Amino acid sequence: MLPKFSHLRPATLREALAALDASDARIHGGGTDLVGCLRDRVFTTERVVSLSAIPELRGIAATGDGGLRIGATATLTEIAGHPAIADRFTAIADAARVVASPQLRNQGTIAGNLCQKPRCWYYRGDFHCLRKGGELCYAYEGENQHHCIFGGDLCYIVHPSDTAPALAALGAVCRVSSASATRSVPVDRLHVPPSVDPRRETVLEPDEVVTELVLPAPPAGLRSSYLKIRSRNAWDFALAGVALALVFDGDIVRSARVFLSGAAPVPWRSTAVEAAITGQALDAATIAAAASAAVAGAEPLSGNAYKLALFEGLVAGQLEAIRG
Amino acid sequence: MAKKKPADHAAGSGVTRRGFLGSVGAGAVAAATGAASRAEAVPEITDPEEMVAVALTINGRRHRLLVEPRWTLLFVLRERLCLTGSKAGCERGECGSCTVLVDDEPRYACLTLAVEAEGREITTVEGLLVGEELGDVQRAFAEHDAFQCGYCTPGQVVAAEGLLRANPRPTEAEIRTGMSGNLCRCGAYAHIVKAVADAADGRKTGGGS
Ligand SMILES: Cc1cc2nc3c(=O)[nH]c(=O)nc-3n(C[C@H](O)[C@H](O)[C@H](O)COP(=O)(O)OP(=O)(O)OC[C@H]3O[C@@H](n4cnc5c(N)ncnc54)[C@H](O)[C@@H]3O)c2cc1C
Ligand code: SF4
Ligand code: FES
Ligand code: FES
Repeated sequence: MLPKFSHLRPATLREALAALDASDARIHGGGTDLVGCLRDRVFTTERVVSLSAIPELRGIAATGDGGLRIGATATLTEIAGHPAIADRFTAIADAARVVASPQLRNQGTIAGNLCQKPRCWYYRGDFHCLRKGGELCYAYEGENQHHCIFGGDLCYIVHPSDTAPALAALGAVCRVSSASATRSVPVDRLHVPPSVDPRRETVLEPDEVVTELVLPAPPAGLRSSYLKIRSRNAWDFALAGVALALVFDGDIVRSARVFLSGAAPVPWRSTAVEAAITGQALDAATIAAAASAAVAGAEPLSGNAYKLALFEGLVAGQLEAIRG
Repeated sequence: MAKKKPADHAAGSGVTRRGFLGSVGAGAVAAATGAASRAEAVPEITDPEEMVAVALTINGRRHRLLVEPRWTLLFVLRERLCLTGSKAGCERGECGSCTVLVDDEPRYACLTLAVEAEGREITTVEGLLVGEELGDVQRAFAEHDAFQCGYCTPGQVVAAEGLLRANPRPTEAEIRTGMSGNLCRCGAYAHIVKAVADAADGRKTGGGS
């Protein structure tokens, strides 16, 4: 049985925002992560405010300037099957398609995917670890096979979202509302590294709702992709993943945005890979240099040095694939 | 900023990480984090005014019920409506034994709050019967021996039904992806894939029910 809470399912965003003003409310998108966290007592809440009956948060549509608007409660199934996304924002379709299982993609929303809680087994288990308000990181000297190789500092999670690196690579921006204000947060600045605050996953305040994601029009020559490696072929989180958004001019990479998943507590921008390929044709030497750059400076933990080889292979393979 | 190792936070807590892990051991850590091993807290008693009225449409029938907001659809199906076809396995979205259709789409009833199911069409494995007869997917599972213990089977059948409603002519790869949210501890996968393919063929030739 879940811990007790009250539940509100308003039909308008205005009512939802008003209900979130209360101290301890939690937002319910599809609930696939929220219900799991409540069941495992990762946190409790007095009030659940559901976004599932609010029409204005749904839908996927082209914007006037050639970009795309994805409503916060668009499901991963809708995103994975949307022709314009597959065609023009390929990395996002690639990512949505490999999230979890069909059932979870039918229920899980894009905003919930970005705002989901970490999957560290201590955090989900009965351990009052640092991120949950305790004093210690149990993973640091414990079981850390699935933890980070970059950006660890007090806490060593990897961010579990597959869509975040793809959205970040393509320059997506979250539109965020509270009862009193509206603001924009680029996806690449949504997540909080533990060096800033190990108890916080996103920059959002508890009364703020992601209402939509806005993608800029793809520039001419843009190609994008996302692939993750998991420990089995059915549903699983990324051990290592990479989102590429490269703008080509003929064979030459004019500009690049590269984000890794399974690597760090936040979607990890690999400026080293970007530098290795920008201005270059993706020949064998450039790809080899980019693959080594992907893991340069990594700080593996006691149980996850195997990830270095995974990332090298993954980055090389994905650069070959996108070169065509 | 200099990197702080977690040990910095151990100071003064009286418990060292090493001591803690040493005392429980890695196996015990894994067991303690394993969801199934955790004792559920005894639910508190609920005031009647904390119950909410919902109308749920399940297998074509409308049910008016009082539910607690924290009740999952799976709990309501099994414990309030005696529709015990949907099984509780992991209750964490990992196994698929609780799969139901919500407006034709397979979802996990264990991660769906009952209050969230209001206004949707819910179909459970019981709803796939045609009168007293097995539906075509159920029949295909029986004909292909697509189970051993049968615990995962209702969820598998409902997932297959959802797959075929969205994609009446799946390739084998599409069947495998479509069924990837349902685990089978007995490993009946090969037969499950054949059963789903057969049910799809049956519908193609108009033999479906
Ligand atoms: C077994 C299993 C496997 C999974 N595998 C993967 C995987 O491979 N890859 C992956 O990326 N994810 C995975 N997930 C995680 C996740 O549940 C889903 O990806 C899903 O997208 C979450 O969306 P939701 O709408 O259900 O989120 P919810 O559970 O509704 O919300 C998740 C969190 O986000 C907050 N939130 C929700 N909507 C908003 C909003 N609009 N504004 C602000 N905050 C909001 C909620 O308060 C909550 O804290 C998995 C989950 C499970 C249970
Ligand atoms: S990695 Fe982070 S979430 Fe996991 S035990 Fe350490 S502090 Fe907690
Ligand atoms: S019981 Fe719902 S997925 Fe396992
Ligand atoms: S038949 Fe036993 S779990 Fe699938």
